Amino acid sequence: MAGNRIEGNAVRAFVLVMLALATCGHAEAGAEYRTVSGGLFISALSLDGARAPVRIAAFAMRATPVTVGDYLAFVHTHPEWRRDRAPDMYAARGYLASWAGPLALGSAIDPQRPVTEVSWFAARAFCASEDARLPAWYQWEYAAAADATRIDARDDPAWSAGILQTLLARTGHAQGKVGEDTANLYGLHDMNTLVWEWVDDYAAMFVNADARDPDQTNLLTLCGGSALAFENRTAYPLMMRVAALSAMRPTDASGNIGFRCVRETGEAP
Amino acid sequence: MKRTATIAIAIGIVLGISHLPAFAGEHTASVLAAARDPGDIGPPRGAPIEETLVAPPNVPPAIHRDYPARVVVRLETKEIVKEIADGVRYNFWTFNGTVPGPMIRVREGDTVELHLRNDPNSHMAHNIDLHAVMGPGGGAAVSVTPPGHESVFDFKAMRAGLYIYHCATPPVPMHIANGMYGMILVEPQQGLPKADREYYVVQGDFYTTDGYHAPGLQSFDMKKLLLEQPTYVLFNGREGALTGADALTSKVGDSVRLFVGDGGPNLVSSFHVIGQIFDNVNVEGGTLVNHNVQTTLIPAGGAAMVEMRTLVPGTFLLVDHSITRTFMQGALGQLVVKGAAAPDIYKKVSGGPVSSVAVMPEPAAMPVENAAMAEGKRVFGQICAACHQADGTGLPGAFPPLAMSDFLNADPKRAISFVLHGLSGKITVNSTGYESEMPAFASQLNDDEIAHVLTYVLNNFNNKGGTITPAEVKAVRAAGANGR
Repeated sequence: MAGNRIEGNAVRAFVLVMLALATCGHAEAGAEYRTVSGGLFISALSLDGARAPVRIAAFAMRATPVTVGDYLAFVHTHPEWRRDRAPDMYAARGYLASWAGPLALGSAIDPQRPVTEVSWFAARAFCASEDARLPAWYQWEYAAAADATRIDARDDPAWSAGILQTLLARTGHAQGKVGEDTANLYGLHDMNTLVWEWVDDYAAMFVNADARDPDQTNLLTLCGGSALAFENRTAYPLMMRVAALSAMRPTDASGNIGFRCVRETGEAP
Repeated sequence: MKRTATIAIAIGIVLGISHLPAFAGEHTASVLAAARDPGDIGPPRGAPIEETLVAPPNVPPAIHRDYPARVVVRLETKEIVKEIADGVRYNFWTFNGTVPGPMIRVREGDTVELHLRNDPNSHMAHNIDLHAVMGPGGGAAVSVTPPGHESVFDFKAMRAGLYIYHCATPPVPMHIANGMYGMILVEPQQGLPKADREYYVVQGDFYTTDGYHAPGLQSFDMKKLLLEQPTYVLFNGREGALTGADALTSKVGDSVRLFVGDGGPNLVSSFHVIGQIFDNVNVEGGTLVNHNVQTTLIPAGGAAMVEMRTLVPGTFLLVDHSITRTFMQGALGQLVVKGAAAPDIYKKVSGGPVSSVAVMPEPAAMPVENAAMAEGKRVFGQICAACHQADGTGLPGAFPPLAMSDFLNADPKRAISFVLHGLSGKITVNSTGYESEMPAFASQLNDDEIAHVLTYVLNNFNNKGGTITPAEVKAVRAAGANGR
């Protein structure tokens, strides 16, 4: 009996600590949005063969990808998104699968790591819970084109090569914590090198009429498809990202795909 | 209704359908198609066969079946760090953890049920395009698989041949350059002629940020890829994958079949085995057979099946005879043949000093006394030639050349210590790095022998000449191993 009581206390203490950690994480890094000033932008993807600049209106973006701690807090307040309750039609097998339990990360998962193993539906629900949404691809790509000093660093081969090398150095390693790299011009961290990130219109990027069935007319999955769709055929980090996203159904979860959210600022571009 | 279902099941049994009733429609279509295409010999029969996958350079066993089967192949894409050369590591992307991925062996007319799993720890999505597939993308379109997922698709092996498979996920050149290729053999219905030994070799070009043999973890270099200037050109994904203890082996009199492919991504291969002639080459992996071939061209994303008989014992080198790649980029394998000598086919004709000296190029430097030179030649043939080869050119990747050696000629006196005390660690000879262990000969050779063999080497093999005296050797010997 005494043993059980100690055990029970330990469990309670653990839960409290985890909650505290999650709450702390939420208060510190979570929901911190930075303004991305708008502008004209030419995407590396030519969605319909046209290489026309698009006008990006100013928006606000989460400074870092959503963390595991953020997401744990979310499933506490939105229990319908616990892994044991979320319906398969919104979050298929693999959703939060490496967590110790529906409300427990386990000791192996640092709450400051970016959350992964979340479906596109789940990511959208999270963003909605903080009055935000997933970024459009153009918004994400525009924000990710900046380095610490330039709005658009994409023409700098050294910058691209650095991203590619950082990505490749991850082979065999899990993600580190969010926010450990140098912020870009807008104060955003981890835009290119930590995890792939869901975007709101990811399904539309792939000439894919039915987002639930990636087997249909998925141009980029064909050998050579990337050569057709990419204006800049040496944008390998972007190609890798798009390939990773295009392999996913919106219900799928992957250990390497996380997300961050955006909000409208109401400012003129 | 009930009656119709019973009849359908009965037909299924007659046709030998052992799978779900839902497949009945597909089977009927296959039967109709058989009338049109000779590659289609009907639906799979018997129980599904789980393909045995073995690591390269090994090959699954020959097929002795006389009916088309359903063959289940399970591949897993894995991103791993391992050595590309001694002391050099690389981020490989692989099928089943090896470069090349395992060889798949099926029979013409078989239905292949291909399972592609992507390791949950992968960072990339992957898929597979098999050149043996007749269908859009060769399977690529239906096999895009995120980490932690599995895709399954069926294809019928309609045409006999040896085919490359590879990942076709963007950026395609990068997935291939990181090692994502292998081969599938579709045996003709009558099978292949028996061979005593079969091996599986795939060439690939690799692009690393630093130069050849630069140590440590090397990253993929996109710029070199675009310029098609590889750092490494390798057989089976690692320098030395087929040399030394891992050399291919044969016995005198045996027939050897090599399933050779070129994964690319960029270079085509001038595949050659030094000291062998290919009796048969299935050109480009197809059914056209050429005979008595010295070097066969293998396209990137292509293959060749070569057969040879090993008649003479010794070491035979697999090379890309676009030969800089063998000497400077690692494209070297070995086929070691054991057995009795065959002097009627190949033998060294021993001769005296006169005839031998006549064969050698004229010494470029001062003449040296003949007796000493003869003694040096004897020692060289008995000891040095075993590694540095009779013509002093060494063995690429293993033993540095003594012929035209910039390392030797730069400071001939240094060589005294190497012969006495041995040499280990990395050296660069004629801009190629070597890192092997030369043994010490201090107890085996006296001062005269060492002086003479070094003088012999310095005045032959297009070296710059010079003399090493017994007194010099004695002095170095007296200084001891620490005095170098």
